[in-house]
Amino acid sequence: MMLNKNIFSKTPDVSPIRKGFGEGLALAGKEDTRVVGLCADLTESTHMSLFKEQFPKRFIEVGVAEQNLATVASGLAAMGKIPFITSYAMFSPGRNWEQIRTTIAYNDRPVKIAGSHAGISVGPDGGTHQAIEDIALMRVMPNMTVVSPCDAIEARKATLALAKTDKPAYIRLSREKTPIITLEDTPFEIGKGSVIYENDASKKGHKDVAIIATGPILFQALKAAYSLDQDRVGVVVVNIHTIKPIDQKLVVKVAQEYKSVVTVEEHQVSGGLGSAVCEVLAEHEPVPVELVGIRDLFGQSGTPDELIKHYGLDAESIIEAGRRAIHRKK
Amino acid sequence: MLPPFLHSTDEHIRSLELIANRIRQSIIEMLLEAGSGHTAGPLGMADIFTALYFSLLRHDAKRPTWDDRDRVVLSNGHICPVLYATLAHAGYFPVKELLTLRKFGSRLQGHPHREFLPILENSSGPLGSGLSQATGMALADKIDGITHRYVYCLMSDGELQEGNTWEGAMLAGKERLHNLVAIIDRNNIQIDGFTEDIMPLEPLRAKWEAWNWNVLEVDGHDMEDIITKVNQAKSSYGKPNMIIAHTIPGKGVPEFERKFEWHGKPPNKEEAALALESLRSFAGQIQHEGQ
Repeated sequence: MMLNKNIFSKTPDVSPIRKGFGEGLALAGKEDTRVVGLCADLTESTHMSLFKEQFPKRFIEVGVAEQNLATVASGLAAMGKIPFITSYAMFSPGRNWEQIRTTIAYNDRPVKIAGSHAGISVGPDGGTHQAIEDIALMRVMPNMTVVSPCDAIEARKATLALAKTDKPAYIRLSREKTPIITLEDTPFEIGKGSVIYENDASKKGHKDVAIIATGPILFQALKAAYSLDQDRVGVVVVNIHTIKPIDQKLVVKVAQEYKSVVTVEEHQVSGGLGSAVCEVLAEHEPVPVELVGIRDLFGQSGTPDELIKHYGLDAESIIEAGRRAIHRKK
Repeated sequence: MLPPFLHSTDEHIRSLELIANRIRQSIIEMLLEAGSGHTAGPLGMADIFTALYFSLLRHDAKRPTWDDRDRVVLSNGHICPVLYATLAHAGYFPVKELLTLRKFGSRLQGHPHREFLPILENSSGPLGSGLSQATGMALADKIDGITHRYVYCLMSDGELQEGNTWEGAMLAGKERLHNLVAIIDRNNIQIDGFTEDIMPLEPLRAKWEAWNWNVLEVDGHDMEDIITKVNQAKSSYGKPNMIIAHTIPGKGVPEFERKFEWHGKPPNKEEAALALESLRSFAGQIQHEGQ
């Protein structure tokens, strides 16, 4: 099984996703001397410090200047480097979107944009620092790969995998310690989603609803699926860590099998995972889809748990969405 | 093949002036054919592009991706007619292809796009990001300890109003990128008017010096001055180099010169004929064609 057995316990193992990124980047730097790191005054926060300590000559501090962060990286990539740039997602790719579009994506340079502190679960900092539009911003951009790992282990694997590609990419990271969902030997391949959990009711043939989730909020989806099992509602949970290119085959397959879908993301429902799934299903397998995400609102201060509940991203909300999706089948 | 070693002889200078004049004619011809595009900036920068590609740069038209080449980043993509015309006259592609500018399927996009023309170092158009890209390139060579090639950044004065430019300026100064040579086309105009009316830039020299740049000023139409100053910049130590090139927008066509109205429009048929006549006679200084 690819799922951490500890995940349904009262105290699942936790670790920050950005730490997985930092470890992955340090490993990538060891494997390939072309890897360089750039940061906009958030080296500790983004865990790029792990790379900086090991490879000081390949680390560049650009200061609080996210537009420069992206454009300098484009120049480095033009000379054969593989730059990773880090800041808060709200500022990169938020503030420097056009620079990323023109100098990285339009030039087709292999710059990897790591946006940390994404999602509302940044918590107390408030709405200005909560990037909940970043998937949409990056997904719409030609040439850009978009990856949203679900835990620290996956973030490390994703970072290493991205360092080996010659395309521009965005990797979305969250701030908080989040549950370790996957295992060390869970396979990871860019562009490939995976069925991460199938509850017992589903195994017994009750194919009721497929939940497709991305990022650490996948944990809430797993809790929902586990809980629905007690009501004999058959649920499969799919982890889509690569939002672009999305694993169309898998999305269509579970939609055919389960005939209804719920998407879950810590992001606006517009333009994110839900939209991506709907685009695939509308063209290939139209089934009822319920989208769990933030509905045209900005975030606010609060603890991550308070915010996830308030904005309707918790397991309870996912269960309700699942029931609505099943109901719409009739 | 390396460019001819520098001989600032009268003959060499004279030959460069003739090439620049030919490039200006191509600019007029291609803009007329395209029916849209920018006129003033390209004409104003023809001498500098000529000096670079026919005297100063380490490059080879037969090997556009030669790794040891100097890099040229065009930041103000809207003056691309001068880049395209210079590349064509330098042998990178046929001169007649210039007439495809801005047309569907052309390699010569309205603003440079390296997906269509991979010999370009960068795509550009949106202002303000070229200096940072050049800074990144120069930084890459610094990291690798490569010292024999330079990164040139051609930029406009109007784009100094973009914040990204100054972010790049700070980093290049901090990293002491002496292998970076930026050249500002200081022609004092932008679309809406004169730069000093739209958003004053002076004291320009002091601003770059304050960010720890080596600053030189040049008459952008004096070939000998351009070659001398660029070589001075290349021999500097420990600082990135800024050459403020004072140019006349629309240079070569008296009717176009110094008029901001010519920033962003192409000549019509009559205006183009007038311009070509003016260029062929070196602004009336010679009475016959056949230079």
